[in-house]
Amino acid sequence: MASEETISNSEAAGAPVIETRNLEKVYSNGEVEVRALRGVDLRIDRGEFVAIMGASGSGKSTLMNILGCLDLPTGGEYLLDGVRVNTLNKNELADIRNAKIGFIFQGFNLLARTSALENVELPLLYNRTRGNVDTSKLAHAALERVGLGERVDHVPSQLSGGQQQRVAIARALVNSPSLILADEPTGNLDSRTSVDVMSLFRELNDQGITIVLVTHEPDIADFTKRIVDVRDGMIRRDVMVANRRDPQVTLRELDRELAGEEDGH
Amino acid sequence: MKWSNILKVALNSILRHRMRSVLTMLGIIIGVGAVIIMVSIGQGVQKQVESQIAGLGSNVLMIFPSATNQGGVSQAAGSRDVLTLDDVDKIKRDATLTANVSPIVRASAQTIGGIGNWSTTIQGVYASYLDIRDWQLATGEFFTDRDLSVRAKVCVIGKTVADNLFPGTDPVGEQLRIRSVPFKIVGVLTEKGQGANGQDQDDIVLAPATTVLDRLSGRRFIQQIVTSSISADQMQAAQVELTTLLREAHHIRPGDDDDFMIRSQTEIADAAASTTQVLTMFLASIAGVSLVVGGIGIMNIMLVSVTERTREIGIRMAIGARSSDVLIQFLVESVVLSVFGGIMGIVLGLGGAELISLVGNMATALNPPVIIAAFIFSAAIGIFFGFYPARKAAALKPIDALRYE
Repeated sequence: MASEETISNSEAAGAPVIETRNLEKVYSNGEVEVRALRGVDLRIDRGEFVAIMGASGSGKSTLMNILGCLDLPTGGEYLLDGVRVNTLNKNELADIRNAKIGFIFQGFNLLARTSALENVELPLLYNRTRGNVDTSKLAHAALERVGLGERVDHVPSQLSGGQQQRVAIARALVNSPSLILADEPTGNLDSRTSVDVMSLFRELNDQGITIVLVTHEPDIADFTKRIVDVRDGMIRRDVMVANRRDPQVTLRELDRELAGEEDGH
Repeated sequence: MKWSNILKVALNSILRHRMRSVLTMLGIIIGVGAVIIMVSIGQGVQKQVESQIAGLGSNVLMIFPSATNQGGVSQAAGSRDVLTLDDVDKIKRDATLTANVSPIVRASAQTIGGIGNWSTTIQGVYASYLDIRDWQLATGEFFTDRDLSVRAKVCVIGKTVADNLFPGTDPVGEQLRIRSVPFKIVGVLTEKGQGANGQDQDDIVLAPATTVLDRLSGRRFIQQIVTSSISADQMQAAQVELTTLLREAHHIRPGDDDDFMIRSQTEIADAAASTTQVLTMFLASIAGVSLVVGGIGIMNIMLVSVTERTREIGIRMAIGARSSDVLIQFLVESVVLSVFGGIMGIVLGLGGAELISLVGNMATALNPPVIIAAFIFSAAIGIFFGFYPARKAAALKPIDALRYE
């Protein structure tokens, strides 16, 4: 496949992980046309930690779906890791999602009644590019990395929300993707667990993993390095975070508050 | 995706939904089980009938008087008085392809002896009768040609008669009064069991044909002649020879109809076999319907399962499952379900057939081709009825499937 070569060439050249040029998406529903994206130019380099922000209806979910290769743009160009995604067929998109993207969802989206280990193994089972790998060993390693090495046999219903999201993160990591794409990863979590998860993201980003997360909470966005504001299908603001929050500090503050409350009683 | 992985994913998914999987399989289990039980019963009946017909003896040809038409009124076949002992003796003397021949002279009578009385059928036969019928004696001996020529009042009794009149004792040497004529019992027959028509073949008394004609029936004519031809290959030729001999004996002119008819044991066997085959087919097709219903059950559950698992399908697609992976997963799931169902159905069928033959006192016969066919058919049902739901699952778009609540 020609695109395979392109990938390795671009990696050598240090090409951006994400590059969109005048990206457009029009949903036509009979006579009504909805222009969800109206020319988005976005470049995200290797090792970045970006928050895409926007209200509902801003087009950020559409952008997210296209970046995640779950949907195709109707105009413009999208290059993921140097591969032009527009022209790929369904199977090639599936393979790209498998090998290059790690998804994390608001609702965790783990398979119910399936152990953490098996959930994390899942992307490896669909991997066509690798030869024989010890899926169980890789899945174990990924779970260790998110701090759940002790809970590999637990099923989602036996895990807390934060732990479930960690399993999801391990699943996203297991195929060593170029990009981690998180859609409102803290939306279903309480504030302390949210900070916990952001701390894990920060750790992973510090290890060199590129992370793009969609959120509408400014608090969460402040943990990232760069914020991209989307409104009416266009990028309105694209800034580096000036006073980046350190999740570890926030966690200590939260602990102190909790301790103070307990002392007060 | 590797086959081992597909199988793993499908098995995991089946094991995660144990209750649903068992319920899905139930249709196939019952269907396959029913087919096997039904066919076993059918085949059992077939075997039973075959063995009963074989019990008539080997290479047997039976000669009856043919149906007659007297003044426009048809008389029942076999009712005509045309066969005599002279015919039997002519066959015995002249037929080259006939090994044994015996008349059958029937009379029913009340018999008294031992502990009471018993109403039974008396058959007058020749000494060769037992050879023709492949019948043996349990005790004593059969009457001889000499007994025949002197019209000796001796008889051999069937097991039913022996059990009823002489329970627990050896009847050989005892006296049996048939219509007040005293006969000496010289032997007891071995048990033959039920005949092809369900009659008790052991409820019988055999006596020399000459004695029966003389003392009991008081007539000249006999009801039937049984012969055995020298080999199975010569049955046809033997039949032709017997026809020629009897036409000669009865002075039938060329072109006129025979006044007798010859039936071979194979003809009767074929007729019975075709009847029981129809029975087997009938039972199997009823059971086959339940197998198809089982297949529809699988489709039904798989369709529900596709809808129920839309989100799961979305997750799988998001993390890199191709449509074909999803298709194959669902297909493998339904095939695994139906094959497991098939295996359990076979076990149920074998057990059920065994139980029926034990409890219901019915003969059943196992039929390996049918078991294999039922198994293959259940796998085919899995593919056939699993395909539509699987395609439906594979056609889902990843975003839609992920957003599905």
